[in-house]
Amino acid sequence: MTSVPQVRSQAGPPVLDVTDLSVHFSAGGRLLGRGRDVVRAVDGVSLRIGQGEVLGLVGESGSGKSTVGRAVAGLLRPTSGSISLGGREITRLSRSQMRPLRRDVHIVFQDPYSSLNPRMSIGAIVAEPLRQHGVARGRERDRQVDSMLAKVGLRAQLRDRYPHELSGGQRQRVGLARALVLRPRLFVADEPVSALDVSVQAAILNLLTDLQEEMGFSCLFIGHDLSVVEFISDRIAVMYLGKIVEATTRLRLFEQPQHPYTQALFSAAPLPDPPLQRGRVRIVLSGDLPSPLDPPSGCSFHTRCPVAVERCRSDEPALTEVTGPGHAVACHLVDEHGPPDVAAAVAAGTAGTKEDRVHDQA
Amino acid sequence: MSALLEVDGLGVTFTTEDGPVHAVNDVSLTIQRAQILAVVGESGCGKSVTAMSIPGLLPENAQVSGSIRLEGVELTRLGAGELRRLRGKQVSVVFQEPMTSLNPAFSVGYQIVEVLRQHERLGRRTAARRAVELLELVGIPAPSRRLREYPHQLSGGMRQRVMIAIAVACSPKLLIADEPTTALDVTIQAGILDVMRTLRAELGTAIMLITHDLGVVADIADRVVVMYAGRRVEQAGVDELFAQPQHPYTLGLLGAVPRLSVTSGARGRLTEIPGMVPSLHEDPDECSFAPRCPRAAADCRAHRPALRAVRDEHLAACFHPGPVRP
Amino acid sequence: MSGPAPADAQVPAPLLEPPRRRHRLVRRFVRRRLAVLGLVLVGAFVTLALFSPLLGSATAQDFANVMVPPSWAHPLGTDDLGRSELARTATGARVSLLAGVLSTALALAMAIPIGLVAGYYRGWADAVVTRATDVMLAFPFLILAVGLAAILGASLRNVVLALGLSQLPGLVRVIRGEVLALREQDYVAAAVADGARDVSIMARFILPNAMSTLIVQATVAIPGAIIGEATLSFLGLGVQPPTPSWGTMLSAAQGFLDQAPWLAVFPGLAIALTTLGFNLLGDGLRDVLDPRSTR
Repeated sequence: MTSVPQVRSQAGPPVLDVTDLSVHFSAGGRLLGRGRDVVRAVDGVSLRIGQGEVLGLVGESGSGKSTVGRAVAGLLRPTSGSISLGGREITRLSRSQMRPLRRDVHIVFQDPYSSLNPRMSIGAIVAEPLRQHGVARGRERDRQVDSMLAKVGLRAQLRDRYPHELSGGQRQRVGLARALVLRPRLFVADEPVSALDVSVQAAILNLLTDLQEEMGFSCLFIGHDLSVVEFISDRIAVMYLGKIVEATTRLRLFEQPQHPYTQALFSAAPLPDPPLQRGRVRIVLSGDLPSPLDPPSGCSFHTRCPVAVERCRSDEPALTEVTGPGHAVACHLVDEHGPPDVAAAVAAGTAGTKEDRVHDQA
Repeated sequence: MSALLEVDGLGVTFTTEDGPVHAVNDVSLTIQRAQILAVVGESGCGKSVTAMSIPGLLPENAQVSGSIRLEGVELTRLGAGELRRLRGKQVSVVFQEPMTSLNPAFSVGYQIVEVLRQHERLGRRTAARRAVELLELVGIPAPSRRLREYPHQLSGGMRQRVMIAIAVACSPKLLIADEPTTALDVTIQAGILDVMRTLRAELGTAIMLITHDLGVVADIADRVVVMYAGRRVEQAGVDELFAQPQHPYTLGLLGAVPRLSVTSGARGRLTEIPGMVPSLHEDPDECSFAPRCPRAAADCRAHRPALRAVRDEHLAACFHPGPVRP
Repeated sequence: MSGPAPADAQVPAPLLEPPRRRHRLVRRFVRRRLAVLGLVLVGAFVTLALFSPLLGSATAQDFANVMVPPSWAHPLGTDDLGRSELARTATGARVSLLAGVLSTALALAMAIPIGLVAGYYRGWADAVVTRATDVMLAFPFLILAVGLAAILGASLRNVVLALGLSQLPGLVRVIRGEVLALREQDYVAAAVADGARDVSIMARFILPNAMSTLIVQATVAIPGAIIGEATLSFLGLGVQPPTPSWGTMLSAAQGFLDQAPWLAVFPGLAIALTTLGFNLLGDGLRDVLDPRSTR
């Protein structure tokens, strides 16, 4: 797969342009073996984020979504493909060439406990990016730190405190302050609310929405919870086993999910409304995620897909805009008439159980 | 018919270096046979401590008061040996992290067979046959092959299914599931929830489900207890609770979850619950939620509201209950 | 990637707004009686070493009072040359503590940069360091120290050098392991994403967080070095007479075990108590500084 048709972002020239990105890890050699096992964590991913746009990247564990985020933040070198930040290709830059560009992209991590240096005060943590890039010093630096802390809703007195004295939600606010203090053009949020309690999660999501509107940064928001990603994003890309299987606007994805995996994701997320939840036809996927060491032939989802046909086992579907512009999906069963109705197939019992094949994958 | 489990006035206090922590206060609840009771709340609300006090799995620095009766037998007075016999046979527990709950040194089959031989005194052959049945029950494909595999060869979802199979091996009357799907992906979670439904339907197992996820509660629970700062704040049937939430904390929780169905169109806002969970060191005579509550008035700070019936079969600990979102 | 669940199962520690860390650490330390005893023992010997000149000369001979048993005039008795055993034990404390502390400091000074580079950069540097420490660790600590001291020649300086080098592989291994763990922390990734330079990451993000482990390691390494010094001096490879050290005192006492057993008892007791003190202190610090131990 060389060029991947993709959803055009509706908001001006791209801040981030990722083309055919692959990240492979070697998973240790075999004893006496030639060649090493290769984990295809990310395999041919293309995406684009426009100015001020929030792109949600949703997927389950092993989908490679965090690896995309880390590659974009310059934390690991891609195996192939290109990443352009504001029109500048970064994958081949040396570390010193990369350094000034790091101002433009910052990242926040999932775990608020391991993402802050326990030996630094909150003020020093937030000041660190300013220090590294020599942006401001002395009183001016203090002023910028204070104003950033205020923006994320932390009292200025917390400046002299240490991470262990803060709650999980407060720590995540510090993480946001640190990532945004340089006013980056692109902000990578890697599961920023997954480790938080729901009430704290709500506060952070609201805050992120406010900050994004106020500061206008573009954002790659990575998450496993469809409702959280849907809440914050303008567009959403769904990843499965290292590939994007569907990408479109938030509304279209919600109103008409096309890929059987996306449909299963929506169906599996229980709604906090008992009568509604009871009335739904649930698409329960059989089996587990196949090993990325040995991905299935053809469509990587065919081992768990309730509506897979023979062709899915042999041909890999390309990500194409089948039903119209702005909605790309990688599935043979989606045609100009629309997506397959997976729930109906499950309800009618026509979907075959795939336990034997599934078993071989695990 | 009396309830399967009756917890009455349960209190748990931990002795720590920083003084006593009142983790659970005055919690009473009942579970009927084949009923699924969800205990829901955020970190530190005491839901897990409540659950773990039933099979006597609290750390040594815990003092338990009140009464826990399983089929009329008082559990708080049982000795260590009697408790051990009770666990597995009458009450069993499934934890959040299936990776650490299985012994990596033994095959899955060995671990299930051991439980059966020990508790049920089954012969080796009978136990092996029963183990296959159990794996089938929890929806593991090709069970006889799986029995020979080791925990590291299984995915997280499969491991959790094995844990459940071990937990129900001796047909316990009560299964305590402590965040059983929290570490799992949502498509895997759906399968595990189905397994729990099967257990209830086929074995008549009652389930006490500890969770923070209101979606899971809506999906599977019959009755719900909402806990905050070591106490019950609301208790009702699942439809009643979601349709007519009365306590402002429950309302806050429901509003804090982004919903797939309502956020279409313009970006909405989620309900925030300002402030932080109170310290459990003291136990003042006021509503624990008052400092964070939009409805708090003078009476909330003067006395602790008792849990009372605010509607039919619906309890709430609030002076100003009502389903209106503040 | 369903994230880590809100940790509810533990005793509700996250709820407790912690008092300032330092006070808390002191309080936790004081609550451990054995650790306090260790601190007292170490403190006592440090005091003894510091004020040893006040206890009289360790080399002045007095042939009128040879091998006098402990008495009011001679609290710990005298040796075969009439020298005060009290003054000699106190002066010996200087040598022992100096050798123990200096050699450990020397080992740390070498081990920190080596461990940092090996653990942070991995790759070939790490492979070389790991193999080299493996080879050195194949020799027992004392054998290595004795061998090195024999090559270097007998003097206090060379004892420090030999003991320092012998401690090196163990410390390198500990530091490397710590660095390997710390470099995976998200705050290190965040610093890389900031564009921080490697030296800055090591100095500001990794080393400070490895500090508590290093303090504990050093405290536990010192008694080993003290015993090492005593052994070397006992074998004549360390401090040379007439300068007293606990090792040379023990060595000299060998010939008079029947007539003057106190000559062996007091330096022996001093070694035992100092070592015990450091070990208790180290255990206490480990309990207090290790964030994983909560009780």
